[in-house]
Amino acid sequence: MKTVLPFIAVVIFVLLPLFGVTVAHQTEIFFGIVVPYAAVAVFVLGFIYRVLQWGKSPVPFCIPTTCGQQKSLPWIRQDKLENPVTTMQVVGRMLLEVLVFRSLFRNIKAEMKEGKAVYGSEKLLWLAGLAFHWSFLFIFVRHYRFFVQDVPTVIQMMEGVDGFFQIGAPLFYMTDAVILGAVTFLLVRRVYLPQIRYISLAADFFPLFLILAIAISGILMRYFFKTHIVAVKQLAMGLVSLNPVIPQGIGAIFYVHLFLICVLLMYFPFSKLMHMGGVFLSPTRNMANDSRIVRHINPWNYPVHVHTYEEYENDFREKMKKAGLPVEKE
Amino acid sequence: MAKQPKPEELLQIDYNPPPSEDWMDRPVELKQGNFCWGAKGKNLAIVEFPNARDWTPVEADWKLPKDWEGTVLEAMADRLSKYRSFKVFMDICVRCGACADKCHFFIGGGDPKNMPVLRAELMRSVYRKYFTTAGKYLGKLAGARELNLTVLKEWWYYFYQCTECRRCSVFCPYGIDTAEITMMAREFTNLLGLNTDWISGPVANCYMKGNHLGLEPHAIMNSIEGMIDDIETITGIRINPSFNRKGAEILFVTPSGDLFADPGTFTAMGYMMLFHELGLDYTWSTYASEGGNFGLFTSNEMAKRLNAKIYAEAKRLGVKYIIGGECGHMWRVLNQYMDTWNGPADFMELPKSPITGTVFDNAASTKMIHVAEFTADLIKNGKLKLDPSRNDDLVITYHDSCNTARGMGLLEEPRYIINNVCNKFHEMPDNTIRERTFCCGSGTGLNASENMEIRMRGGYPRANAVKHVKEKHGVNTLANICAIDRATLSASMDYWVPGMRVTGVHELVANALIMTGEKERETDLRGEPLPGKGGNE
Repeated sequence: MKTVLPFIAVVIFVLLPLFGVTVAHQTEIFFGIVVPYAAVAVFVLGFIYRVLQWGKSPVPFCIPTTCGQQKSLPWIRQDKLENPVTTMQVVGRMLLEVLVFRSLFRNIKAEMKEGKAVYGSEKLLWLAGLAFHWSFLFIFVRHYRFFVQDVPTVIQMMEGVDGFFQIGAPLFYMTDAVILGAVTFLLVRRVYLPQIRYISLAADFFPLFLILAIAISGILMRYFFKTHIVAVKQLAMGLVSLNPVIPQGIGAIFYVHLFLICVLLMYFPFSKLMHMGGVFLSPTRNMANDSRIVRHINPWNYPVHVHTYEEYENDFREKMKKAGLPVEKE
Repeated sequence: MAKQPKPEELLQIDYNPPPSEDWMDRPVELKQGNFCWGAKGKNLAIVEFPNARDWTPVEADWKLPKDWEGTVLEAMADRLSKYRSFKVFMDICVRCGACADKCHFFIGGGDPKNMPVLRAELMRSVYRKYFTTAGKYLGKLAGARELNLTVLKEWWYYFYQCTECRRCSVFCPYGIDTAEITMMAREFTNLLGLNTDWISGPVANCYMKGNHLGLEPHAIMNSIEGMIDDIETITGIRINPSFNRKGAEILFVTPSGDLFADPGTFTAMGYMMLFHELGLDYTWSTYASEGGNFGLFTSNEMAKRLNAKIYAEAKRLGVKYIIGGECGHMWRVLNQYMDTWNGPADFMELPKSPITGTVFDNAASTKMIHVAEFTADLIKNGKLKLDPSRNDDLVITYHDSCNTARGMGLLEEPRYIINNVCNKFHEMPDNTIRERTFCCGSGTGLNASENMEIRMRGGYPRANAVKHVKEKHGVNTLANICAIDRATLSASMDYWVPGMRVTGVHELVANALIMTGEKERETDLRGEPLPGKGGNE
């Protein structure tokens, strides 16, 4: 169920535009203009809404997870990135976390061997995660060439790097292979590893199938089915200039690719994919371990009923006096 | 009490969950030896907690209040609006599984619901049902489920099987901290009167009498009196600590476990011998006679209520600052909660060592320093005369407490001390120390006797690492800076690595400390012959 249904959903999302634009050309307006605008709106507004919702809840306590030596005595070396006390150190920790997945890099695997628990290095998840996210970002940025008349030098350089091996025509992009490999790994892992399969939900398979379909449709379009690239650029630029047009002869595969991306955008704010925003708001990572140096304020801190010293002395005065303890009231 | 299985039996563990099972379809089974007795009504009533009544977990009827579901869901909405951690951690988990095999209970037991991610999903599934649109309409397909008695029992069973050690949060790419979720689960269960006897008893004690053990003022003094006699026997020096003394420079607060039972008492003797040798102007308090805080395992409010005594007493006595003893969760509270709850501590002064002149500006706001920071500074400045060879029959390894490691980062100070008071020290493997340290297996109020199986399972990863250095380096002593460790590691070592001595760091300090005017010592603090002084060596 949790694997089959998401797969079927993605198949449907592939077939919808495929049949749509093949059977009736008029639906190109729907798939090429209406849906993309709606998707971007849902994504942007949804993303902002979710982040604001999180932000509305205060951070009552200073709860960083410290992963290194604290700042204490001057001759003990503080681990500035794993146990930050200043804002710059926190920024450093967050950069490591967001850019190179520092915490995931720590990953180890526990196993029982000859009656003992042993912990082996386990970097594959980190590697696949990093490969997936970075290739996704690279590909995403590369697509910028479709939205501007003159392709910026940066993008051209990125394309140069990505096509470094100079294989095939059009030039083969490394990131295409990387993203396919990484997503496939993440998917296989989810099915194959018993622990991971046990914890997985449909919501874990759906984005993987969807992104895989996006990557495959993009690759098919670039290397196998010829797409009218000038027309694609025309459509893309029409969209961003708020002057949308539907050029002729783009080809159904493009609409499949575009529609899947739109589905991803619309799904994003309501899914676990929001970890992209959430990681920045995680109090165990984005706070300085300075709560003994500066008082952290809890906005909803309220007075509580305590058992006062006076009450305590009233309870035990005679015993205290007998034991020779000083008392406030004789 | 269930019969305790043998170590080999416990280790028949399969980390792979059943392939075709859906965890939601597996109803909770309360296994003897894996949970604590229910709270007693009288203890809940003392702290004005709801639904105070005697209650037995194994009985079908938990005597829950009317509309308990509504109570929980309302509380959930409330906490979601008060804790960003809770809200964000409900939403952003991608179930990558990096945390799965990081929990000591999972490593020592293999119950899939002890994988941190699944423990959190127990809560998330209910969150989705009532607080997300997808969960509301798609139900199980969206990983959502209704809150019912079975789910509540499952929560109770597994969230009182999490020791809030935060090891999973070290490995999580988003820093999701299961402790935050367990804390919420415990808030909710406490609204229904579903605490355990082992937590609610100490909470009531601490509230009324100032410490978990319920030691009344004269009992505290008696206990310390006994230690003073022992110190005199060993060193020939009679020390004279003060209690509830106004005008002292320093208030000393330590967990009451150190006043009550071996081997904690040896640590307490260690503090007193050190402070005496320094001529420190300090006082004990019988009112604030607990550094630990079982309220933290109950609810935020209860933790604050218990913690309030420390600053209140510091103010009443007019001390300049506070030194805190060796304890784990106590320092989580002191480092991350106390000032926010009960501060500002502006009636005190910046802590400054009267011996070395060192100013502890890392405690500029809380005005409370860790005794290991204090002692490390003394040693660094050459203020202590030490004879480490007195500890020569001890081959030591050091266990980082979860909270001082992951909720503070006090890693080098105790190691520096140990290396100066002992000659033989070996670290356990890297994956089991510092920020990756394993829980003793019995934190957060799990150190009862009726749940020995889960305690020994949870204690296994730590014991396994100790056993490793025992076999490799001949380690015979496990040092730590936590009162709960001193009690619980003693039990888990007896079970997994018999013959291992468990000791506080300041016991080692006092053994090595050459005190002014002391007689030639024949024994260590435990009354055992010092190396070279034994009859049969």
